[in-house]
Amino acid sequence: MIFTLKIWRQKNAADKGGLVTYKVEDISADSSFFEMLDILNQQLIAQGVDPVAFDHDCREGICGTCSLYINGRPHGPLKGVTTCQLHMRSFRNGETIFVEPWRCGAFPVIKDLIVDRSAFDKIIQSGGYVSVNSGGIPDANTIPVPKPDSDAAFDAAACIGCGACVASCPNASAMLFVSSKVSHLALLPQGRVEAERRVQKMVSTMDSLGFGNCSNTYACEAECPKEISVVNIARMNREYLAAKIFAEKEKQISFSL
Amino acid sequence: MINLNAGAPKVPLAEQWASYKAGCKLVNPNNKRKLDIIVVGTGLAGASAAATLGQLGYNVKAFCYQDTPRRAHSIAAQGGINAAKNYQNDGDNVYRLFYDTIKGGDYRARESNVYRLASISPEIIDLCVAQGVPFAREYGGLLANRSFGGTQVSRTFYARGQTGQQLLIGAYSALSRQIAEGNVKLYNRRDILDVVLVDGRARGVIARNLVTGEIERHSAHAVVIASGGYGNVFYLSTNAMGSNVTPAWSAYKKGALFANPCFTQIHPTCIPVHGEFQSKLTLMSESLRNDGRIWVPLDKEDAEKLRQKKIRPEDIPESKRDYYLERRYPAFGNLVPRDVASRAAKERCDAGYGVGTTGLAVYLDFGDAIRRLGQEAIAARYGNLFQMYEQIVADNPYKTPMMIYPAVHYTMGGLWVDYELMTTVPGLYAIGECNFSDHGANRLGASALMQGLADGYFVLPYTISGYLSGEIHTPPISTSLPEFDEAVRNVSDRLSRLKNNKGTESVDYFHRKLGKIMWEYCGMSRNEAGLKKAIGLIDDLKKEFEANVRVPGGLKEYNPELEKAWRVQDFIELGDLMVRDALQRRESCGGHFREESQTPDHEAMRNDDEFAFVGAWQFKGSGSEPELHREELHFETVAPSQRSYK
Repeated sequence: MIFTLKIWRQKNAADKGGLVTYKVEDISADSSFFEMLDILNQQLIAQGVDPVAFDHDCREGICGTCSLYINGRPHGPLKGVTTCQLHMRSFRNGETIFVEPWRCGAFPVIKDLIVDRSAFDKIIQSGGYVSVNSGGIPDANTIPVPKPDSDAAFDAAACIGCGACVASCPNASAMLFVSSKVSHLALLPQGRVEAERRVQKMVSTMDSLGFGNCSNTYACEAECPKEISVVNIARMNREYLAAKIFAEKEKQISFSL
Repeated sequence: MINLNAGAPKVPLAEQWASYKAGCKLVNPNNKRKLDIIVVGTGLAGASAAATLGQLGYNVKAFCYQDTPRRAHSIAAQGGINAAKNYQNDGDNVYRLFYDTIKGGDYRARESNVYRLASISPEIIDLCVAQGVPFAREYGGLLANRSFGGTQVSRTFYARGQTGQQLLIGAYSALSRQIAEGNVKLYNRRDILDVVLVDGRARGVIARNLVTGEIERHSAHAVVIASGGYGNVFYLSTNAMGSNVTPAWSAYKKGALFANPCFTQIHPTCIPVHGEFQSKLTLMSESLRNDGRIWVPLDKEDAEKLRQKKIRPEDIPESKRDYYLERRYPAFGNLVPRDVASRAAKERCDAGYGVGTTGLAVYLDFGDAIRRLGQEAIAARYGNLFQMYEQIVADNPYKTPMMIYPAVHYTMGGLWVDYELMTTVPGLYAIGECNFSDHGANRLGASALMQGLADGYFVLPYTISGYLSGEIHTPPISTSLPEFDEAVRNVSDRLSRLKNNKGTESVDYFHRKLGKIMWEYCGMSRNEAGLKKAIGLIDDLKKEFEANVRVPGGLKEYNPELEKAWRVQDFIELGDLMVRDALQRRESCGGHFREESQTPDHEAMRNDDEFAFVGAWQFKGSGSEPELHREELHFETVAPSQRSYK
C-alpha cells in the first residue's frame, strides 16, 4: 500500500512546529500503524533526516504510552483500539493521513508527536489510592465484595491513562480519567473509607492543573480505547456533591460543639 | 573462583524466613531518614519496593524510562498470580507451591529462595486486595481462582485477562502515595547508563534525562536494580519496545555476577510473525490451551497448499490432522508445560508441516470446544483474546482456527543474588525478573507477578535493613567523588562515539541481525557447532556495529535512536554471554534444549551429576573472556526427578 503522511514536526516545547509531508510505499496491509512509522523512520535515517519521535512501548494496547490524533481522531478510526493496535488495513490505499500530537494546555509537547502527561500522575498522587501500608493486612477474604460491584470497579479500573479522553474533549477535560479512578475505589469497601477525602482532593488537583470542565459531549467515551463509560463521571459528580455537603455539615457540627 | 554462598539461615527450610526475620538488624526511624536508596525500574518489583521502602521512612529515588511508572511492562501480564491460599480447599499449601515451582524450574532453582517465595505468596493477595485490586470474585463475594499452566490445584488469582495491569496499578498507586508524602522522589524518562561504585560498594547511578539529554549523577547508600528481563536481545519478543538489559548489564560490568543467562522462556502461544518489518510479538494467554486443540496437517502436501492459501484449514478432514501434542503426550496433551509445547511446534514446522504464509505457525482450534460448549461459553471465557487476535490477524477464530507460534517471553536468568537479594557487589540489590533466583530453567505460569511483588513488598524491605544498619554513620554520598567523575566521563565518551560514528546502517538493522543469530543458534534448540558459530557471528556484528552504526540527532535532546543504540550495544554483548552460557551447559533443562542431550524418543535429558549448579559469569574486561563460577545446588527437601508428560 502507498500513503501520504502529513506529520506534525516540532523540535522541542519552545519550537512553533508544523506539518511536514512524507510518502511511504510498499506497506503491508498487515503491518501496524507504528510499523508503518518505523519504516518511514528508517527511510528518514537513511536520508540523514531526524526521524519522527512518537511515544510507544508495549505495542499490545495495554500500557497506555501511545497517543496521536490520526485524521483528527485520538487513536485513529477504530472503536476500542489504541494506536499501537491499529493496522494499515484500516486505511484506503493511497490515502493521505494526518498525524498530530494531542492538543491540551496541560499536556505540553516535548518533541514531534510526544506530549508530557505527568499531570495525570499528579492527580493520582493527590489521592488515587487506598492508604494502606504493606504489612499487617487481614486475610483477603475477610472483606466480601458483591460481584456486581467488583465487576463495575474493574470496568472503571481498566483505564490505561493514555489521555485520549482529554484529547477528544472540546474543553480538554480530564473528567473521564479522574472519575474512572474515583469510581474504581469508591465502588469497593476497601476504598470507601476515604472516598470523600479522595474525590475532593483529586478534583481540586485536576482543576488546578488546567483541565477544563465536562459539558456532556460524551466524546471521551466514544474515543476511549478501553471504552470507559461516562457513567463514571456521573458517579464522581455524586460522590463530589455528597462529600461537599458532608464536609459542610461536619464543619457546622464542629462549630456548634 | 568466587565462593558463591547464598547465606540462607542454617535451620530447616520451613523455618528459614521466620528465623531470618527474627535475627535481622533493623534501622531506627531517625536513621532511616538519613539513608538514601536508589530503585531502578518501576514495574511490579521496583514500584512495590520503592513504595514500601518509602513507607518505612527511607529516602527513595525511583527511576523509570517510561513517562510514568504505571507503564512498566509488568502491565502486560495477562494470566494471573499464584498464591498458596488454598481457598478452594483442593489440597494446596505452601509446600505444594514450593514443590511445583522447583519441579517446574527443572531443578535449577535454589530451594531456600523458592520456599520463601511460596510462603510469602498469601500475604501478597491480602495486600493487593486491600489496595483495591479488583480480582475476580464469586457471587458470594469471595475471591475466585482458576487452575493455570497445567497445575493440579486452583491457586491462580486473576483480574480478567489484565492481572498484570491491575497489580501494577495497585503498586503504582502505593508508590504515588509515597511520592505525595515526600518519601519517594520520581525520576521519569531516565535511562540508567552506569552504576557507580565507591570503595567497592554501590553508591549511585549515572542517568540520562531522555528529554533534555542531560547526564545526571545520583548517589545513595544502596542501589536496587529492578529493570526487568532481557528478552529483547532476540529483537522480536513479547517485551515492550523499550525493555532493556542496560541497568543490569552496567551492574555486571561493575562486578556483579550474571547467572544462567541462557535460560530464556519461549512461550508457545503467540501470534506468528507476519513479515520483515514486524516490530514485536503479541502473546495470547496460555489459558487458551485449556479448550483449544493444537494441530498441523498430517500430509506435507496439505501444509504446502495451506501456505499458498489454496485451501483453508476447515477443508482438512479430521483424519488428515495431526494433533501432535495429544499424540506425543497422551497424559497432558495440549496442557504440557511451555517449554515442551514450544519445542514440539518448532519440530513440526522444521519438519515441513508448518502453516501460515511463512510456514512458521500451527493451528489452535476451538472447533470442538465450540461444538461442545457453544460459542457463547467460549466467548465468555476468551472473548477479549479472540477480539485481540481478530484485530491483529483479521481472521475470525470462532470460524477458523487461530494460528500460533512460540515467541520469547521471559528470561529466567539474570543478576546473581544471595538469600538477601544482594548481588556480589555490596549494597547492590537485584529484584524481580532481572535477578535469576526463583524460576530455575523454566518459569511456571502466573509466577512472575508473584515473584516481583514478593521481592518488592516483603523480602527486600527486610533484607536491605541488615545492610543499611551498617551504613548509619555514612553521611550522604557526594556526587563530586572521583568515581562519579570517571563514570560520567565514560558515559559521555560512549554517547559521543555513538553519535559521531559516521556509519551507514540504522540501529534497527543491527538489532534485527542480532535477533536472527540468537533465535537461530540460541533459541528453542541449541547445539555445540551452532553455538560456536554464533560466538563468531556476534563478534563480527559487534565490530560491524562499532564501525558502521548511524545515529541521527543530537546528544542534548530527545533522541530515541541514541537510546536504542546504547541498548542494542549492550544486547550484543549480552548475546555473547548467553551463547557462552548455553555452550557450557551440555545438558537439556527447562527452556534450554541441548540437542546433544536428549532421550532416544527426543525428549530433553537433564544431567544432574554434572550440571546441578547455577552458572554465574564474571566480567573480566572488554576483550577478555568472562569467567564462569558455580553455585552448587543442593536439593535437601525435593529429590530431583526427570519430568515426564507422557
